Amino acid sequence: MARSSLAEACFFLMQNNFLEISEIIFLTLKVSGTALLISVVFGISLGFFVALRTFPGKKILVTAINTGMGLPPVVVGLLVMIFLWRSGPLGFFEWIYTPIAMVIAQTILATPIIAGLTLATIQSVPQKMIWQARALGARGWDLVWLLVRETKLSLLAAVMAGFGGIISEVGAVMMVGGNIKGETRVMTTAIVLEAQKGNINFAIILGVFLLALSFSVNLGLTLIQQKVRKS
Amino acid sequence: MKRFLAWLLLVLFLFSAPLLAASKSIILATTTSTVDSGLLDVLIPIFEKQTGYKVLTIGVGSGMAMAMGKRGEADVLLVHSPKAEEALVAGGFGINRRAVMHNDFVLLGPLDDPAGVKSLNGAKAAFGKIASGGVFFISRGDKSGTHAKELSVWPAKTVLSNLWYLESGQGMGATLMIASQKKAYTLSDRATYLSFKDKVKLVILSEGDTALLNPYHVIEVNPAKFTKVNAEGARAFSDFIVSPAIQKVIAEFGKEQFGGSLFFPDAK
Repeated sequence: MARSSLAEACFFLMQNNFLEISEIIFLTLKVSGTALLISVVFGISLGFFVALRTFPGKKILVTAINTGMGLPPVVVGLLVMIFLWRSGPLGFFEWIYTPIAMVIAQTILATPIIAGLTLATIQSVPQKMIWQARALGARGWDLVWLLVRETKLSLLAAVMAGFGGIISEVGAVMMVGGNIKGETRVMTTAIVLEAQKGNINFAIILGVFLLALSFSVNLGLTLIQQKVRKS
Repeated sequence: MKRFLAWLLLVLFLFSAPLLAASKSIILATTTSTVDSGLLDVLIPIFEKQTGYKVLTIGVGSGMAMAMGKRGEADVLLVHSPKAEEALVAGGFGINRRAVMHNDFVLLGPLDDPAGVKSLNGAKAAFGKIASGGVFFISRGDKSGTHAKELSVWPAKTVLSNLWYLESGQGMGATLMIASQKKAYTLSDRATYLSFKDKVKLVILSEGDTALLNPYHVIEVNPAKFTKVNAEGARAFSDFIVSPAIQKVIAEFGKEQFGGSLFFPDAK
C-alpha cells in the first residue's frame, strides 16, 4: 500500500512538473555537455603535449595536473565566483549567475581529469612504438593521430571520467550559478533544493533521472568504445 | 579528424549561442524564506512579464544577501534583518529602504514538548527554559535574519554551549528538517513553517510576542557607489513590490493552500 501510494505520488509529480523537469534536464545537458566538449579539447591536447615533449618543469606540470584531478569543487566554485563577481577581475563580462559561469567551473574541474588520464595513457604506450613510427616518417599530427587510434579505448575512458566528475558535481555550480529557477538550476542543485524543501519524492524523481541520464551518456560512450575494440 | 573538429565547432556554437543571449537582467539577493515559501515563484513571473526584466533570484541568508549588497554584487535586496539593514543604509551602500510586508517568527518543538515551554508567557521565558531544559536547539547559525532574531531573544547571559545548541548553517527549510529529525526546538518564520507543516513533526510552542515580529524591507543598492548596479531595474522591482496590486497578491498568497496568509502587506 505504502509503495503504491509512493509510486502514485511520483507519477502525479511527474505529470505536474513535466515542463520543469525537462527544463532542468535540458539545462544540465547543455551546461555539462558544453563543459565536457571544451575539456576534451583542452584536456586531450594538454595530455598529448606533456606526454610527447620534454621541457623544463615537466615534472612540476605533471604533478599539477595530477593534483588537479582531485580539485575540490567548492574551492573551484569559490575561485570562479570571486573572479566573476562584478567587483572581480572578470566582472565586466557579467557572467556570474549565468550558465557560462557554470560551464567555466565545470571545465576547470574536468580538464585536469581528462588531461591526467590522457597523459597516463600516452606515456604507457611503448616507447619503441613511437620510435618506430617516427622512423617510418610519422611526424607531428600523423604521430598524434596514430596514437589516438591506438589508445582510443583509454581516451574514451578519460572522457567518461571527466563527464562523471561534472555531471554529479553540486558545490561549484551552486555557488557560481546561484540555482536560479529556469536559468541555472541543474539536476544536482535542484535535488539539494527539493530535499531541503522537504519534497523528498520530487528529489527522488530527479535523482532517478540524473542516474538514468548519466547511464545513457556512458552507455553511448561505452558502445562507441566497444565497437572500436571489435574493429 | 578535420570533420570531427568541424562538428565540434558547430556543436559548441549551437550550445553557446543561447548562453550568450542574456538581455537586461537584475540580480535580486534575498532570504531563503521568500524562496522556500514559494512567494517569489508567484511574484517574479508577474514582474518579468510587466517590465521585460529578467530577474536572477539568489536565495541566501539575509547576512549573505546584505554582504552582496555591500559589495555591489546585487542590484536589489529583499531582506529581514532590520538592524543590519539600517547599518547598510547608514553606510551608504543601500538606498530607498521601504517596508514590504511582515510575518512573525514562531518557536517550534516536538509535540510532547519535553522542555515544557508551551505554558510559558512570552518568547524570552520560553527560550530561557530551553537553555536549561536538557533539550536540543537547532540554530540557523548563518547570520540570516532568522539567526539574528534568535540571538536577540535569548535571555541575557545565556551560554550557547554546543552541548545543546547546534548550528545547522543551512536555510530555513533544511533547518526545519533537521530539527524534526532530531526532536529539537528551533525558531522559524511562520511562512516557511506553514509551507513545511505537513513534512515535519514540529508544532508551534510559542507565538504572538512582539519580540518575534519579522518585517521585510526592499533596499536598492546604491548606484552612486557601484557603477555596475542596474539602478533602473532595481527601482522598477522596488516600485513593483510595494505597488498596491502586488501588495494584494502578497496578502492573498498561501490562503488557498495553507488556509491563511503567509505574509501581511506593509507598504504605505
